[in-house]
Amino acid sequence: MTESRLHLTRRRLLQGAASVALTAPMINRAWAQEATQINMLGWFGHAEPDIVAEFEAENNVKFVPKYYAGGDNMMALISQSPPGTYDLILSDAEFVQQLNAAGYIEEMDASLYPFDDFYPEYMNFPGHWTDKTLWSVMVRYGLLGVSYNTDALTREEAMSYNAFWNPKVTGKVGHFDWHLPSLGQVSLLNGNKAPSPFDIDEAAWTAVKDKMMSLKPQVGGYFDYGGTFAGLKNGEMLAMVGIGDWITGVLEKDGAKVASVIPEEGGIQWTESYSIGVGTTKHEIINKFINYMLSPKGQVKSIQMAAYPGLSPTKSGWKAIQEANPAEAKRSGLIEGDDNDPIKMLREGRLFFRDVPKQQSLEDWNDFWSDYKSA
Amino acid sequence: MTRRFDPYPHVLRLPLILWQGAFFVIPLIFMAAMSFWLVKNYKLEPNFVFDNWTRMLGRGAFWDAYWITLWRAVLAGIIASAIAFPAALFMAFRLSEGGRRFALLCLIVPFFTSFLVRAYAWQVILAESGPVNAVLGGVGLVPYTMLNSGFGAMVGYLTLVLPLVVIFQTWSLAAIDRNLIEAAGNLGATPLRVLGSVIIPAAKTGLVLGAVFAFIMTFGDFVSPFYLGGSKPPTLTILIIDTTKSGQQWPRAAVVAVVMIATLFAVASAALRAAYGRRG
Repeated sequence: MTESRLHLTRRRLLQGAASVALTAPMINRAWAQEATQINMLGWFGHAEPDIVAEFEAENNVKFVPKYYAGGDNMMALISQSPPGTYDLILSDAEFVQQLNAAGYIEEMDASLYPFDDFYPEYMNFPGHWTDKTLWSVMVRYGLLGVSYNTDALTREEAMSYNAFWNPKVTGKVGHFDWHLPSLGQVSLLNGNKAPSPFDIDEAAWTAVKDKMMSLKPQVGGYFDYGGTFAGLKNGEMLAMVGIGDWITGVLEKDGAKVASVIPEEGGIQWTESYSIGVGTTKHEIINKFINYMLSPKGQVKSIQMAAYPGLSPTKSGWKAIQEANPAEAKRSGLIEGDDNDPIKMLREGRLFFRDVPKQQSLEDWNDFWSDYKSA
Repeated sequence: MTRRFDPYPHVLRLPLILWQGAFFVIPLIFMAAMSFWLVKNYKLEPNFVFDNWTRMLGRGAFWDAYWITLWRAVLAGIIASAIAFPAALFMAFRLSEGGRRFALLCLIVPFFTSFLVRAYAWQVILAESGPVNAVLGGVGLVPYTMLNSGFGAMVGYLTLVLPLVVIFQTWSLAAIDRNLIEAAGNLGATPLRVLGSVIIPAAKTGLVLGAVFAFIMTFGDFVSPFYLGGSKPPTLTILIIDTTKSGQQWPRAAVVAVVMIATLFAVASAALRAAYGRRG
């Protein structure tokens, strides 16, 4: 007698059960909802795990970043992509209106964001609004001043941009290879404060160029992000023009003998903000993320970002970092009334927002920068 | 009598022609055309104006970059050829077949690692706090600035090209008919005369090709002048990056690229004529 093929023996039952058990994770995986992908255009670090992992896990989303280095680079990337490529755009504030003019970003609903938690100076940040229309929401900022090797220069010596001309650092002055911060700092040294170091007439522009050229014998090189880190860390460069705590803050944590100060002539503020890309359909989750980043928890992450530290524009952000990491709050001046309190410096007129040139074209500044490098 | 058309050789060369057409000739034509375009609000607009050419060629910074790039490429070709020649002579005439194969393998091994990684390694070695300066300090010498200088850039160039130049020279020297060398010796020529009158002329093709490859690779290298030379002074490749970074000026960068390609064509043509030309 032959055994029926349908006859269920105990062995076959066990084999079947084992097969089902082994394939179950795959079935579950297939049934699970696919994570929503958020395409972000931003500076390096903004979509790294220390910033977004928690939000990703809580909201079943996945950030897909495209990183750039500099506002021009950002504009180039976005102009080469079809609408809808980027859901979320992290931009330097001075480029927001260029994004707007080119039609790359959407109008935002101001009522969705916690502006009442912002310091008053940042509620209506220049360039983020046209009349009462909001185009971008500030999320963090930082200060550019004199960055130096503490073995080479004293803090007192570094308290003026003239430190870059100090014979102690001849041949060891590096430039972050972007014209705006370096030229802005020399403009400040020349006394161009009102209305802004970037809003200067032709005579002042000529004087800035002459002053910049006089720095040439001091210069040891021009560096990108990685080169700036390496140059300061290995002591090849003893002072760096055009940067600030966003570089030295990371190196300090690593034990390097470097620091940044805001000199007497004043500092330049870089500002980063979120805009919504034209063509996206993910408004709800994007707005949720922007609010998350502006929340005390998000601001603590932002202030301590592994890639480069930033400062908080919100009062609750300051309070949160004071509780979460008092040492970092002290180091970065996020304590009301502290010597390094950025709001105090802003109110004293010692900080100036980085901007594009107002009376010359960006091209003029960049061409001069190329001439300066090859001089 | 008419010859029968034989498609076989044409079929064999077709893939190469298609490849070169699709990935070299067409992009080259596109790039040349783009050099006449304009950029408005960070967007490229097809046009036919000479603004980019007049602007770039009229700038001192462009010519400064051009001459320094050309000079460094020539220098790298000469230095690499000079350093490579004794090693290639040894490998071609003194090493056994197996030894030569092993030496060639050793020359290829560096290419297993990205050139950028090798440049970063040189940053550590050449730094003022690096091992080279530690040795110099140990014998009482002051630290020498090697990084972010022309010297640093040249170290990078030679790292890139030297193994290739040695390989070219070795192949070419190893292929020389030994009877010629023996005959010259039997006729009373000194070793120096044999080298100058027999070996070098016989190996001319490989020697010139090695030098010209060194020139081409150095001329177009970005990593060495940027990461080891500190962009000081900028070369044409750095100028291209600066130009594209600022305001999306790809058309102006295309002008630089077209000039670079024209220069490379001119140099390579002259070199090939020298390499394969009639021997005097």
